[in-house]
Amino acid sequence: MKAVVPEEILINAIAANLDGLKHVAVGASSPIPGAAALLARSRSQGRMRVSILGSEDNNFFSDGGKEIFDVAGQGRMDAFFLSGAQIDGKANVNLVSVGEYQQPKARFPGSFGSGYLYFVVPRVILFRLEHTPRTLVEEVDFISAPGFSDANVYRPGGPHKLITDRCLFDVDKKRKCFRLESIHPGHSVDEIHEQTGFKFDLPEGEIPETSTPNTDILSIIRGEVASEISEIYPAFAARVFGVNSTV
Amino acid sequence: MLATQLTIDQLASRIPDGAKLALPPDYAYCSLIAARALMRRKAKNLHLVGVPSLGFQADMLIGAGCVDIVETAAVTLSEYGLAPRFTAAIKGAKIKMMDATCPAIHAALQASEKGIPFIPLRGLIGSDILAHREDWKVGKNPFAENDPIVYLPALKPDVALIHAPVGDKYGNVWVGVRREQMLMAHAASETFVTVEEIVDGNLMDDLKMKAGTIPGLYISGITESDKGAWPLGIPGGYNADHEHLRRYVDLAQTDEGFQQYMDEFITEASSEAAE
Repeated sequence: MKAVVPEEILINAIAANLDGLKHVAVGASSPIPGAAALLARSRSQGRMRVSILGSEDNNFFSDGGKEIFDVAGQGRMDAFFLSGAQIDGKANVNLVSVGEYQQPKARFPGSFGSGYLYFVVPRVILFRLEHTPRTLVEEVDFISAPGFSDANVYRPGGPHKLITDRCLFDVDKKRKCFRLESIHPGHSVDEIHEQTGFKFDLPEGEIPETSTPNTDILSIIRGEVASEISEIYPAFAARVFGVNSTV
Repeated sequence: MLATQLTIDQLASRIPDGAKLALPPDYAYCSLIAARALMRRKAKNLHLVGVPSLGFQADMLIGAGCVDIVETAAVTLSEYGLAPRFTAAIKGAKIKMMDATCPAIHAALQASEKGIPFIPLRGLIGSDILAHREDWKVGKNPFAENDPIVYLPALKPDVALIHAPVGDKYGNVWVGVRREQMLMAHAASETFVTVEEIVDGNLMDDLKMKAGTIPGLYISGITESDKGAWPLGIPGGYNADHEHLRRYVDLAQTDEGFQQYMDEFITEASSEAAE
């Protein structure tokens, strides 16, 4: 069996946070979260629904663009994924701009549904596959969606984990900050300190290594998950799994 | 009652300068043929509303100088990268930006659809989206103590501009599962539509079609436009012209390149106007 690639470790680690949920939704430009959701569904024995924006096979909504938000607002969506041009130590997410808002140095597409979904979806998994001081910052330049809210603000949802290409962070909701949970194989805590622009907590004792998927999980990832994800992300599936789309 | 059938240039002339113009996202049904006609007639001061996001169509209109205000949850070209003319206009502070979040646009259109002045929405509190929107307010939940909630004023576009696979001579337009286009038509003062084909008969006679059909009541004008979404595609119809879109993104990185694109595909495309 060929060696495990970093993407497979991320897919496995994200899927472990989805087991037992009823409905996992995946937004645009998210091949790794999409694959993780399909892996979790595969072992849910038919108990999990997955909706993937941009997919024709895995998108069951029929009432227009509003429906996914109405579903989330009612509490019918258990997990969602958000990325950001910047994410800061208070789990604030920036999808808008760097520099002055009125005349920014860099402008990104925009906040999409983040300003709503982050508030109402119980498990929002943050992912940023460029873990550098440029992306994981002390304070974001624009808050598309705040990590935490005042006690009187309706907030059934919020950050659950932050996963990067170097490590996995847990969220401490009381202290309103991140805590390092595990380090991916081949990376070190010194490197993570150096590459992270915000302060974070360390776990007690030795810091675990992010687990590598076993052969059973790998065969699901490389089999049905790879095949399904190629419908939406053919370039990703070809690069990571060598799957050639028939689309 | 029969629909008003227009040529593509007549349709563009019915969308006045300064209009608040609602457009669908690239993955729905976009009328790029009408966007090109707007550029040819040098439309000015448009206020674009993305329902809930914008793409190639908006990037082209911005590049052509047709746009003053952009109100949307995002401007995205998806896998093609950042929208070059939008990004340049924002960095140069050439357009006014009204950042939103997707459900805020949907909800504010629903308020207009219902004829009510505002609608409350969860989320947003503590965000800079809200901080920069002077037209949005944080109010009280009148049915509970100490429960702040955002109030959005009804969003009533002057015009919704959409494309669809089929329409009929009564102005009924089938959009199928792309029901945000139905919401747009309900919410806007006027809706103009281009369709791939105007079919014989009445779409409302077939209940399966009727479920996904916008009644002609909402439609101010219709134009039959084969491949009207090109270079975008239409779901269930034809694919996007990836080579053309890549070429657009390459050219639109610079003012000169965008001008070259305009000269080649918009200003000179008089064959479209003659149809």
